Amino acid sequence: MDDTRRSFLKFAGISALGLGSVSTLASLMPGSATASDESSAPHYKETKKALTAKRWGMVIDTRKLTPRLCEKMIEACHKAHNVPDHDNERHTVKWIWTDEFEHIFPMKQNEYLAERLKGLPIVSLCNQCNNPPCVQACPTKATFQREDGIVMMDFHRCIGCRFCMAACPYGSRSFNFRDPRPAIEEENDDFPTRMRGVVEKCNFCAERLAEGKMPACVEVSEGALVFGDLEDPNSEIRKVLRENYVIQRKQNLGTNPSVYYII
Amino acid sequence: MKDKGKIIVGLVIFVVVLTFPFWYNHGVATQAPEPELTKKAKKADKCVEETAYMRKEHMQILDKWRDTVVRDGKRMYVNANGKEYMASLSNTCIDCHSNKEEFCDKCHDYASVEPYCWDCHTYPEEKE
Amino acid sequence: MLERAFKGSKGYWVWLVALLAVIGVGFGFYLRQLTFGLGITGMSRDVSWGFYIAQFTFLVGVAASAVMLVIPYYLHDYKKFGRITVLGEFLAVASVIMCLLFIIVDLGQPMRLFNVLIHPTPNSMLFWDMIVLNGYLFLNILIGWNVLEAEKNSVPPPQWVKPLIYISIPWAISIHTVTAFLYCGLPGRGFWLTAILAPRFLASAFAAGPAFLILLAFIVRRFARYDAGRDQIQTMAKIVTYGAIANVFFFLCEVFVALYSQIPGHTAHLQYLFFGLHGHGVLVPWMWTSIFLMLAAIILLVIPSARRNEAVLGVACVAIFVGIWIDKGLGMISGGFIPNPLHHVKEYVPTIPEIAITVAVYAAGFLILTILYKVVVGVKQEVGE
Repeated sequence: MDDTRRSFLKFAGISALGLGSVSTLASLMPGSATASDESSAPHYKETKKALTAKRWGMVIDTRKLTPRLCEKMIEACHKAHNVPDHDNERHTVKWIWTDEFEHIFPMKQNEYLAERLKGLPIVSLCNQCNNPPCVQACPTKATFQREDGIVMMDFHRCIGCRFCMAACPYGSRSFNFRDPRPAIEEENDDFPTRMRGVVEKCNFCAERLAEGKMPACVEVSEGALVFGDLEDPNSEIRKVLRENYVIQRKQNLGTNPSVYYII
Repeated sequence: MKDKGKIIVGLVIFVVVLTFPFWYNHGVATQAPEPELTKKAKKADKCVEETAYMRKEHMQILDKWRDTVVRDGKRMYVNANGKEYMASLSNTCIDCHSNKEEFCDKCHDYASVEPYCWDCHTYPEEKE
Repeated sequence: MLERAFKGSKGYWVWLVALLAVIGVGFGFYLRQLTFGLGITGMSRDVSWGFYIAQFTFLVGVAASAVMLVIPYYLHDYKKFGRITVLGEFLAVASVIMCLLFIIVDLGQPMRLFNVLIHPTPNSMLFWDMIVLNGYLFLNILIGWNVLEAEKNSVPPPQWVKPLIYISIPWAISIHTVTAFLYCGLPGRGFWLTAILAPRFLASAFAAGPAFLILLAFIVRRFARYDAGRDQIQTMAKIVTYGAIANVFFFLCEVFVALYSQIPGHTAHLQYLFFGLHGHGVLVPWMWTSIFLMLAAIILLVIPSARRNEAVLGVACVAIFVGIWIDKGLGMISGGFIPNPLHHVKEYVPTIPEIAITVAVYAAGFLILTILYKVVVGVKQEVGE
């Protein structure tokens, strides 16, 4: 099968790096892959409908947040991703949740906080950092950064060492302390569940973007969440960023979150 | 050689334990099971690749699918004939092979190979 | 040489069987952990590392401390340590094995352990920790075994062992340094985010490790009738003294920086550990006990007449060992997680199954240690040292 042949060629190519000419060596191989051969060989591509970006980002407009709206976003996300709801608080798994201003922005609290922010639930999710400490910490590349900036989990590869959880400065990661399935009320067949012993977190709805859909939370956010390509100057998110003063969480740590907040 | 007796007894126990699977299963060996195809699978005639290849290499292709989908974000598989498939176990494979027990489990039980696909991915019986 | 481990007194066998029983009980709980998940422990989303990783951290220190016997013997030609260097190296072997076991029992998917090798990731400190720990284990087995075998045959150890011994010295430092780097390179954890963490780990290691070795020497003398030697024990006692003082000094540096700068992200953890935070403080009595034990031990150790009295020395060594165990085995890890990054206080208390598994890993370590020491003592007595 061509797959094996190509991976063999790849291997041969790497081995030949020291020798100098990769192409010479490859041409010596019987039936070596030429350009025309490649096109008919089995290959993989992105879906046609897929939404793509150079760097996905999100702006959360806290002025538009209400407890009911936050609830809706959480429900949409947790249903879409089969996030379990365990009784035991220690086993909690959450991808998106709310907390108060002083906890979301612990460095920015003060005694004279604006009346409006007191007790206001603010949504919190994985910041999809541009410089993610969790990716640096993972010993198996089970958590990795995609070309489009999304910090993903490969649940197949995670060994459950939880180094990423210690590394994350935002508490955005959850561990499956037990089998999640019994705690999922209604399983969504379009997305896998997880098994015990692996870490999980928000994936910016990579699976929905591939189908041309906006993230689940954004879809129900009634405009409170703006999602788009941070590197496209003409995108809606860039327009919002141009017109508003925004803050990131724990900016001083140098993680450069892709999630921005309008306070 | 004052421990001769002990050594012989030890050796006998060792050989018995070593050959245990052979004589325990002696005579009960069954024919290797044939995976059963659903009507839909039969009608399609061909899987994403040739049947012989699928029999031998389905695990490799699944492995490749999962890495390419999860890690490279490429969710479409284009086979040698240019036909496109969604690289998805729960949606593409299970769409035809909706009879997990007869199609997957039979051989896997026989070969005593227990993949953990279903710990996370769903299959039809479970959906109901 | 290993055949010496198969001949022993009744007490020896009873001890081994008792250890096996403890391992068996812990293994039972581990099977439960395998099927249910790490939910049987007290760990949570907020305190995601607990007792296992804390014991791992503590034992890396015990393992590294073998270097405190190797340096005087091989670099300063302090011949007297020839009687005990192998004891130090074999203690390192048992400790590193316990460390590796603690990592394995802490994994959510232990069967995927080899992913670390299949997908090597040099930017992860855990990758390097795997390399240095396994390397150190390998070095100490090779060195300890060959030196002991040479001693048995009354010949000098083979030439190729010498370079390995020299390599093992920086290697010992590296294991605890890399272990500290696991924690001190994480941006959001103010308690660990300090350049002095590795030196502090090493200082506490060089106190707790030799202190434990002194206690082991007393035990070996009592039960196996092999005397490590008075001078040797006294020299180790001085090493313990320096290590303990350095440890307390580093800790006070830490406290000063946190409390004088008053940066909340740094003070909050110390406040939680020593005074309690938002009404939570399960570790408060433990942490003060630790401080008291370390200070009391230092007072006993710096007074020469007290240190020379072996009964007092024994008490001081127990105090040092327990004090540092509380510091590293209880406070260091959960202290870093409390309060959590969102400044909530979610406490951690190990559960019974978790403790049973931990005790079983220790029992496995002691089993290995007992067998190795049996061999050492057998050889030493044979050659009439």
